[in-house]
Amino acid sequence: MTQEELLSKLKTIVEPYVQNQEEFQKLSGDTDFINDLDINSANLVDVILDVEDEFGIEIDNDGMEKMLTVSASIDVILEKLAAK
Amino acid sequence: MSRRVVVTGLGVVSPNGTNVSEFKNALQNGVSGIEYIDNLKKLNFSCQIAGKPNYNKDYLNNYFNNIQLRGLNASGLEYGVIAGLDAWKDAGLSLVSKEEEPLWEAGVIFGTGILGVDKFREAIYKVDNNNVRRLGSTTVIQTMASGISAFLGGMIGCGNITTTNSSACSTGTEAILMAYDHITSGKSEIILAGSTSDSGPYIWGGFDAMRILPHKYNDNPTEASRPMSATAAGFVPGSGAGALVIESLESAKKRGATIHAEILGGQVNSGGQRNGGSMTAPNSMAVQKCIQQAIVQAGIHADDIDAINGHLTATTKDPEEIKNWTQALNRSGKEFPYINSLKSLIGHCLAASGSIESVASILQLKENFIFGTINCEILHPEISSLVDRSRIPTKTVYKPLNIVVKASFGFGDVNACIIFKKY
Repeated sequence: MTQEELLSKLKTIVEPYVQNQEEFQKLSGDTDFINDLDINSANLVDVILDVEDEFGIEIDNDGMEKMLTVSASIDVILEKLAAK
Repeated sequence: MSRRVVVTGLGVVSPNGTNVSEFKNALQNGVSGIEYIDNLKKLNFSCQIAGKPNYNKDYLNNYFNNIQLRGLNASGLEYGVIAGLDAWKDAGLSLVSKEEEPLWEAGVIFGTGILGVDKFREAIYKVDNNNVRRLGSTTVIQTMASGISAFLGGMIGCGNITTTNSSACSTGTEAILMAYDHITSGKSEIILAGSTSDSGPYIWGGFDAMRILPHKYNDNPTEASRPMSATAAGFVPGSGAGALVIESLESAKKRGATIHAEILGGQVNSGGQRNGGSMTAPNSMAVQKCIQQAIVQAGIHADDIDAINGHLTATTKDPEEIKNWTQALNRSGKEFPYINSLKSLIGHCLAASGSIESVASILQLKENFIFGTINCEILHPEISSLVDRSRIPTKTVYKPLNIVVKASFGFGDVNACIIFKKY
């Protein structure tokens, strides 16, 4: 899976939880889920469960704690995919 | 003199109508909402019928956003939100935008017995499969009892009391009286009051096991709920929600709101599970005191009452309830007020019963009718010895009403009685 494909899948997962559409339109690697996209922190757990379902991976507590921005999330997902 | 309190908004999700106008038509025309439910048969229930509101899932898009709908598996939450937001809209009130301050003078008191039992079942399976990490963020908010008041308070933007009360089958009636007390004491101006009850086998199973539900009407569901009848066979389980916007008269006048009825007062008490009262049966002395104190509190006389909307569940307790009314009011025979039971049409909606039945009581006052109680063509002999047949219509009677009383009695030996007046 290319970085672009992964990013596009991640965007689809995140979209329903986003409360700041303007920031979502200019999403980049540095975009922070809570501070930029205004995703309710409780919903981050749901984003991670959706990521697990989409990619068929399991994300442990350490991985979850890292997944606060787009690029950090992509790194975690790639790492788990590689370990599959 | 305490502040006057009125009802300015109504909402309902009932087995025989999922909005106020459908519900009113169903009341006037004696339309039953009791149906056969195949799942109950599959699960080996003795009573395979129930009252369950029916609507298309798409209907929820009018009330919940996409995030709220994800993983939503709590029927009571659906019913409560629909009824609550409908009542709010009916009162001519709007939702506060995200940027504004909350409405500091507006609150929510919305009761339930248990919330989101289907969601809870889902969670239990995951936990037992060592999969607690997969619960997501929605389990807590859909299964906490106060989930219903929290959802409504957040959707509207309420800044006053936002809570959930619970007192079994008197929950809904109690919620309205709590709102009334809160407003008369000057702590708030507007309260969205009501109650909700989930549908389904996990709610109704315990009652089936207690053998207090009818089991001979699975082929004739609409004939099963027989309050006051000589052949009453137990209560039919129901579900749904009722909601009322309760407001100080000053606030309602200032807004130019339509006033559906006035609340003159009421009383909540308990029989302490003494003198014949128990966990499941009411202490008659407490029931009578509750009614009498409601009358005193409302500043009326027992003879002023035009109609009673009883608790009347269609169990063996109905004759005792009628006796309590005749003694509490000191009225009987032809002098007894009209009395009816909504449970004949929709079953016993448990925690939601008091609020749905209060909505029905107010519609009666406003539109001048007493809906008929079906399935009681032949009255229980103890009832017919106390009250004249003409006082218990089986078909809707159209006539002006001034004062209607609503009472509910619940497990735990708890009682609630409200006096509504035409405004």
